[in-house]
Amino acid sequence: MHLTPVPDPEPPALAGKEPSIAGLERYATILRINCVRMLAVAKSGHLDSSLSAADIVAALYHRELRHDPADPGWPERDRFVLCKGHAAPIQYAALAEHGYFPRQDLMGLRKVGSHLQGHPDMNRTPGVEVSTGSLGQGLSTCVGICLALRLDGLDGTAQVFGVLSDGDCQEGETWEGAAAAAHYEVPNLTAIVDYNHLQTDGTTEEVMDTGDVRAKFEAFGWDSVEIDGHDMGAIVEALRRSRTLRKPAAIVCQTKKGRGVSLMEDRFGFHGKPPSQEQATEALEELEARLAEQEEALQAGAASGEGGDGGS
Amino acid sequence: MEAKTEPIATRHAYGDALVALGEAHEDVVALDADLAVSTQSMKFGKKFPERFFNCGAAEAGMMSMACGLAATGKVPYASSFAIFATGRSYDQIRLGIAHNELKVRIGASHGGVSLGEDGASHQMIEDIALMRAMPKMQVVVPADYNQAYRTVIESYERVEGPLYMRFGRPATPVVYEEIPATLGSGVDVLREGSDISIFACGHMVHRALEAAGVLASEDGVEAEVLNVAIVKPLAAEAVVESLAKTGVGVTAEEHRVVGGLADAVREAAAEQHPVPVFALGMGDEFGVSGTGEACMEHFGLTAAGIVDRAREALLLKPIVSHPPIHGGRQ
Repeated sequence: MHLTPVPDPEPPALAGKEPSIAGLERYATILRINCVRMLAVAKSGHLDSSLSAADIVAALYHRELRHDPADPGWPERDRFVLCKGHAAPIQYAALAEHGYFPRQDLMGLRKVGSHLQGHPDMNRTPGVEVSTGSLGQGLSTCVGICLALRLDGLDGTAQVFGVLSDGDCQEGETWEGAAAAAHYEVPNLTAIVDYNHLQTDGTTEEVMDTGDVRAKFEAFGWDSVEIDGHDMGAIVEALRRSRTLRKPAAIVCQTKKGRGVSLMEDRFGFHGKPPSQEQATEALEELEARLAEQEEALQAGAASGEGGDGGS
Repeated sequence: MEAKTEPIATRHAYGDALVALGEAHEDVVALDADLAVSTQSMKFGKKFPERFFNCGAAEAGMMSMACGLAATGKVPYASSFAIFATGRSYDQIRLGIAHNELKVRIGASHGGVSLGEDGASHQMIEDIALMRAMPKMQVVVPADYNQAYRTVIESYERVEGPLYMRFGRPATPVVYEEIPATLGSGVDVLREGSDISIFACGHMVHRALEAAGVLASEDGVEAEVLNVAIVKPLAAEAVVESLAKTGVGVTAEEHRVVGGLADAVREAAAEQHPVPVFALGMGDEFGVSGTGEACMEHFGLTAAGIVDRAREALLLKPIVSHPPIHGGRQ
């Protein structure tokens, strides 16, 4: 089992281009692989919650987000806020992929002395906009960021993307933020709900049914759509569309917890539990096999002049 | 701003100073949670509507919005009643503001039981303890309008991290004849004395001065009165210096005797100059409805209450006798 991240083998045909849908799917697999590695070493953390958001995060960091790893404080950048802060590994994997810090740092996750805390910390980790980890706070924080951008005349430029969990949608404060976003008509906010239907004590339907989250955002005055949160084409389209709207936009993504790792996909009992060494090995074998398939398809697509889209 | 001479509520200083800050600094923004008329932040809102965000009755959301604004370069002043500005939104302040060490200023009005008629549900008596226990948070409880005005003006530059300011509802006599040039260390000796130290904050400061007068005329006791406006970080040297001189102390606050001024002073005394320090404040009980003044009297938060505690403390002074460890004189 590899316990250190391997260098990203960028297919030469894709270098310098906006990643295709198939290319994004490949990135999502790389992020998933690094999440499994991180958790296997840390022996602590929320793997299944990270995996359900992998496609969303890959679409954002590898295509939709306007950001500059060389200048994390660039005022006009888009903002990414991981409201579901317990999925920190997936954000860390994406930040490392972009060179915000060395990939090797990922192996320090949750260890004393590492800048990679159990939940994102804005004062420790480059690229983290704001600390999160207490569910419910993120959306209101995003609204505050939008209002500040408005005062700076940047609300037509910089989009704020918040990724929420179904647990976030159980917190009352999320709906305080939803009301504030609509009341102040912030035009540059996209709330993405990683709705994976599983939480610590059971399914959301058993624990506290959040009902029709898409309709709830709509009732609050938002533009609101529901998509398959593992359909990369749909994610990319919804993200891009949300940027064109002049009102707050919700994208409710139906997802599966543990997506991409069969032994935990959509199965209860893995929240906050790190994989055993055996489970990690099995998960990596599955993901690395998928990565090999995806890269083969991408190469074949590039060779046949299809711009790398052949693997999707 | 002209110094006030007549009794006036400290919350008015919050509104007045906020307007001055808004004029001086473009990055100052204000938030409130449907109490802007009471907290006086509405003065800022009327003058700078584009920089004022009323969040409705949603204090948690307000604090997180303040976090987002501060993380994006603004200097937010978030206000509500002390009860909602701390207890209602503790977690949001803790992670979003204090942990992030963001430059957010919380203007909490209606602290203590002197808000009166609304009763226990609204009378916040443990906010200083909550904010003092929170890492990185600084806590200021000004004594009158003039000091409160300086508190708010100075808050813009005083500290890069978070700051909690407690104001009151009722008109309260002025203690400072002028608007002080600075809060300084946060501990001001308002009356010198050698027999007992009286440490007070907020609405108890003018009562402490009154108590010192009674002790002088009725007991022949010269009390030193110290206004401890900055409860955290406490200027422990100033506290210990006075205790070293007098050998016994009393604290007075409109707050639980747990976690607030009393504990701040006692912690400093216990480690640096252990002498008796008696506390006057709210015991293990909630407030009641009544006029503000009647509530203060009901709980003994009066000059007479301070005199009683001082007399009790003075009884111990000859029994417990410690040489001064730091500074001071015998």
